[in-house]
Amino acid sequence: MNVAVRKPASQADADALKGRAAQLRGKIIDMSHAAQAAHLASSLSCADILTAAYWHVLSVNPERPDDPLRDRFILSKGHAAAALYAVLAMKGYFPIEELDTFCKDGCRLAEHPPANLLPGVEAATGSLGHGLPLGCGMALSGRIKGETFRVFALLSDGENNEGSVWEAAMFAAAQKLDNVCVVVDYNKWQATARSNETLMLAPLRDKWAAFGWDAHEIDGHDIGALAEAMQRVPNGSGKPVALIAHTVKGKGVSFMEDDNNWHYRAPTAEEVVKAHKELGLA
Amino acid sequence: MRNAFADELTKLGDEEPRVVMLAGDIGNRLFDNFKARHPSRFFNCGVAEANMMGVAAGMAMNGLRPVAYTITPFVTTRCLEQIRTDVCYHEAPVTIVAVGAGLSYSGLGPTHHACEDISFLRSIPNMVVICPGDAFEVRAALRAAMQQDRPVYIRMGKKGEPVVHAGPIENFRIGKAIPVSEGKDVCLLSTGNMLPEAIEAAHKLKEKGISAQVVSFHTVKPLDEAFLKDAFGRFTLVATIEEHSLIGGFGAAVSEWLADTQMGSQNFVRFGTPDAFFKKSGEQEYAREMLGLSAHQIADKIVRALRRDR
Repeated sequence: MNVAVRKPASQADADALKGRAAQLRGKIIDMSHAAQAAHLASSLSCADILTAAYWHVLSVNPERPDDPLRDRFILSKGHAAAALYAVLAMKGYFPIEELDTFCKDGCRLAEHPPANLLPGVEAATGSLGHGLPLGCGMALSGRIKGETFRVFALLSDGENNEGSVWEAAMFAAAQKLDNVCVVVDYNKWQATARSNETLMLAPLRDKWAAFGWDAHEIDGHDIGALAEAMQRVPNGSGKPVALIAHTVKGKGVSFMEDDNNWHYRAPTAEEVVKAHKELGLA
Repeated sequence: MRNAFADELTKLGDEEPRVVMLAGDIGNRLFDNFKARHPSRFFNCGVAEANMMGVAAGMAMNGLRPVAYTITPFVTTRCLEQIRTDVCYHEAPVTIVAVGAGLSYSGLGPTHHACEDISFLRSIPNMVVICPGDAFEVRAALRAAMQQDRPVYIRMGKKGEPVVHAGPIENFRIGKAIPVSEGKDVCLLSTGNMLPEAIEAAHKLKEKGISAQVVSFHTVKPLDEAFLKDAFGRFTLVATIEEHSLIGGFGAAVSEWLADTQMGSQNFVRFGTPDAFFKKSGEQEYAREMLGLSAHQIADKIVRALRRDR
């Protein structure tokens, strides 16, 4: 296993980021409970990846969400919208109170991220296999216009079932889009079954490497390592970068971890209290 | 039509630095001039249309004006969800250009026929659907599409079709039908590559003493409602002519308009392809003949409809 292990800048930084991720998970759980919305476990599994990206990697400014030179982060696994909304609110793209409107009638925070409606949402996703082609287009347009931003796309492992992902993977490699980085939230589950028992993904890193990417396996809950690896993009390889992030679905709450019922289940009030306690938020 | 497209695109590429050309591994040598002049703005996206459409949307979302091009079924039905979600939902100004409308590539078989694309694309919000009637309309439509701030679909025939207009169309407007001849009894509304056939049908009607106006109704969405209102009020008979299924195409759009405006449709005839795949081998002319879309068949059916009317 080719695991990129990197130490965070300092222990204090690492602790701060861990605290941030715990807060993020708490928000996501609250939103799932209030809205009785699905995809809680999918949102929890990528919480550390989002924390690393938004607090340690992305060059973005919530005051200027349309800045042409901003880094692009595309939540291609759009079903983890709750996680993205919570991050964007915590970053100040919109008021934190707006998270209370998640999935409510007439609100901006729909169950999947909307197009041209909410600051900070780069692309409307929810149908899988769309984020990477869009991201490649954005990256190429940057090259044409002389803008040097980077594009990060967060994919689910189930999303790797989609042929368009692999079309885009070959395209990005042919175009040498070394400012594009895919992070696969490899939690080993898709909606209704183990991902490798549904369509064979393994060996996933080798597949991305064979498609012409600089591909690495990484601990998807090691915020410091994620931040290092993402921050290195473009990393001098001349290739787009794929980070196969090993994660646990439902990460952070013992009774949700690796239990795929939480793909659709929403927590009760008692379960919210229990979860907050486990996250050290109580 | 396709040579006119490539030529006009090259000119637009010279004038407008935001123009980017994406091709689905098609058009061997067709874009040599564009490639030579704008190598950094031409991409052969391979036989991967879903990705091509997503890439085009991503470029458009970042301020460019991409044109995505390949054979009609592959640049429409093959990547329909990318058109709907990536292009139209994001209101990304992508111009989709299709070659081989309807039965243009009849001989290649139903995999290459395209008699459903208008139906699919016109039902998607934010999409404009243009079916140019000749090479000059292709040039004008492409230019007009580039001036829009929204998705546009341009449905071309192939190459070598008769040229109808005398020269460049100065006042082409999306959603504004172009009368190409005058008449007083019948109005033949043609969309796309059926225009020469409609003109020929009008000649045949004239021989029978029937005066037919021919109109290039190039924009199927949005419909030129003012023109329709006038035509249905003025003519004994109005016909829609298209190389596309009667389900969901131009004639269907006009039928919907008639139903919604309660104009009545007593004096309305539709010409289009039936609800069936055309499986037999044969070129476009043969296919049209087999499906009742050749000029003499159109003229005969109009004569019969007029008799029934009287």
